[in-house]
Amino acid sequence: MIKALLARLQQKHRTVSFPKGTPVLPERFRGRPIVDSAKCAAGCKLCVDSCPTGAIKKENNALSIDLGRCLFCAQCQECCSCGAIRFSGEYRLAARTKRDLIFSGQEMKLAEALDKRMKKLFGRSLKLRQVSAGGCNACETDTNVLTTVVYDLGRFGIQFVASPRHADGLLITGPVTENMKLALEKTYDAVPDPKITIAVGACAISGGPYVDLPQVNNGADKIIPVDLYIPGCPPHPLTILDGLLRLLGRIK
Amino acid sequence: MPASNAISLYNCQAVDAGKIPVVGINEFINFVIEAVKSGKRIASFFAVQSSSYQVRLFAVLADDNAGNILVLSSNVSDKYPSLTPDCPQAHLFEREIAEQWNVMPQGHPWLKPVRFHNSYSTGKGNKKEEPVIPSVMDFFKVEGEEIHEVAVGPVHAGIIEPGHFRFQCFGENVLNLEISLGYQHRGIERALIGGPDKRTLHYMQTLAGDTTIGHTTAYCQLMESLSGSNVSPRAQSLRGIALELERLANHTGDLGALAGDIGYLPTSSFCGRIRGDFLNMTALICGNRFGRGQVIPGGVGFDINKQHSDTLAGKLARALRDVNVAADLLWNTSSVLARFEETGVVQPEICKELGMVGVPARASGVEIDCRFNFPAGIYRFAQIPISSWHTGDVFARAYVRWLEIQRSIDFILDQVKMLPEGQIRTDIKPPSPGKFCVSLVEGWRGEICHVGLTGTDGRLSHYKIVDPSFHNWTGLAMALRNQQISDFPLCNKSFNLSYCGHDL
Repeated sequence: MIKALLARLQQKHRTVSFPKGTPVLPERFRGRPIVDSAKCAAGCKLCVDSCPTGAIKKENNALSIDLGRCLFCAQCQECCSCGAIRFSGEYRLAARTKRDLIFSGQEMKLAEALDKRMKKLFGRSLKLRQVSAGGCNACETDTNVLTTVVYDLGRFGIQFVASPRHADGLLITGPVTENMKLALEKTYDAVPDPKITIAVGACAISGGPYVDLPQVNNGADKIIPVDLYIPGCPPHPLTILDGLLRLLGRIK
Repeated sequence: MPASNAISLYNCQAVDAGKIPVVGINEFINFVIEAVKSGKRIASFFAVQSSSYQVRLFAVLADDNAGNILVLSSNVSDKYPSLTPDCPQAHLFEREIAEQWNVMPQGHPWLKPVRFHNSYSTGKGNKKEEPVIPSVMDFFKVEGEEIHEVAVGPVHAGIIEPGHFRFQCFGENVLNLEISLGYQHRGIERALIGGPDKRTLHYMQTLAGDTTIGHTTAYCQLMESLSGSNVSPRAQSLRGIALELERLANHTGDLGALAGDIGYLPTSSFCGRIRGDFLNMTALICGNRFGRGQVIPGGVGFDINKQHSDTLAGKLARALRDVNVAADLLWNTSSVLARFEETGVVQPEICKELGMVGVPARASGVEIDCRFNFPAGIYRFAQIPISSWHTGDVFARAYVRWLEIQRSIDFILDQVKMLPEGQIRTDIKPPSPGKFCVSLVEGWRGEICHVGLTGTDGRLSHYKIVDPSFHNWTGLAMALRNQQISDFPLCNKSFNLSYCGHDL
């Protein structure tokens, strides 16, 4: 017992002050891209052609990136000699609709809070069931990390529960493989109404690197309605936490 | 062993595909059976369509003692005599071949689907296939008045990937566990054919997202060999650092999760945090906690400067101290040892019969490690001793992880101290046509085996991936025999196998 106490002292207090303090992200972290169509050379489509998931579009010389498809690999930044696309350290990425994820350099419309009734129900206690539907275990890992002492998800009243019947909603990762489609539908049906769904990661939003493969369904909203999209491959734990807290109106 | 002309390769040696011997099916079977009896392992065993009515079976055997890889092939049409009755480690490979190509291993005692998808084979006059429903198959059943069956999954209680587990129990005792996977099947191997293209590296990075570095290293080594390109010593060292950081993060997370599964919260919370520290070290190097974008064909994506290596060395020293404190609590707490010791024992004979690899094999005293037996890249110059233990129980699987944590930290500290000068990246040539190559990497779970073949156009005509989990899932089922069903989460965590790596 004394050893456990000494170890506890040695390991110190480790919980981040988020959302109050300013989070420290690694210098090379690739967050929300900065898109500047004015710098884009006319007729050049190198970035469009280099994107592994077809996230970039160029119409009438205006560039846009679909953050729901983006893998944050920065291939586009690498092949662009004009500096029209550049990845920033901005980790806040969550949105309520897919349209808000299409980003062309405007002020991004981050996720708004749930409506008054839903916020009253879930604002101080949200129980989620996680379903991995073809996820590679990276989104799952960085969702799990929220439950460690570093992020201490419980202090926000959010908890991952063991059964959909105990849950207020689902958090889905993965492109929804054919073999998980039925299980996802059944799990969704087992959650009592009213309920919410959160899609975490490029796969769950759009199919990610697997988009249009015959064995996958290109994301959770092809199967069930989705209330919050959290982009990334995988999203940083802070991106996920920021999205969850915005949905609950804890960050504005 | 019968005289056979199997070709002998070393790790990452590309050869003309025409040099892979083709023998009659009986010679092929006898060779594999005898080779495995004499201590070699099946690293990979797969089929490639050779004509509209034939497939060519390839056996890739690892000779751990000699550090060689033996390859032999044989053409078959729709059936061949099964190897499994004489060579149990072939069982899942034969099931996989049967599912993919409708080629039946006759006499297979356990012929069931693996990933629940439609067959790839064309031109055999197959009638239009019905959709395949996962886990709808005959499970092994024990009958008797007091026998009961427990079915778990695909959706589990924690934040974990999907799989189905079927237990046959007598009271609390598990008589048999059967594991049915395939829920994560994304069809990656088929999508790789015709590559490499702009998505290929992303498939490799997400085959098993917690093994991004392991799988991308296997892929990049293979492509570099197929194209006859060289990678700078500096890039190889940076790849090694990334691979060991991946091992550190996962092993530390596993020690914490094992503690969590028996309700020992101090180590559980400490290791949960320290694991994140290791992931952040990977992000320090390449901006992503899982190493996305670090290992790329021709080298690495990101270099480190003096300031990075000093920061890394400082963080590693602190993490080592913290993880040692957290692990020492496990080894010094009798209630922890009571749950770890003699739980989920796998005998070394079973390990060898099933061809198990990685931590579970080394925890049963089977001393195999690709970094030692088949060194490639930086491991040809910087050896890491094999960590093993002899008891084969949950304790051994935890203890081996702790030993490996210490050795990986030593390795990285050495590497950052004497990082070779030079470029981190060279442009690689396109792959040569008509080549065959095997690439082995010791990922944190065990041996990762990638096999690539190029067609006449220099494009990938076939790509076979074997994640270590593919060898080890049956080992978990064996570990559960005659255990309490309540020990399943603990045993499962002590293996911590990949679902998506198995399902591909």
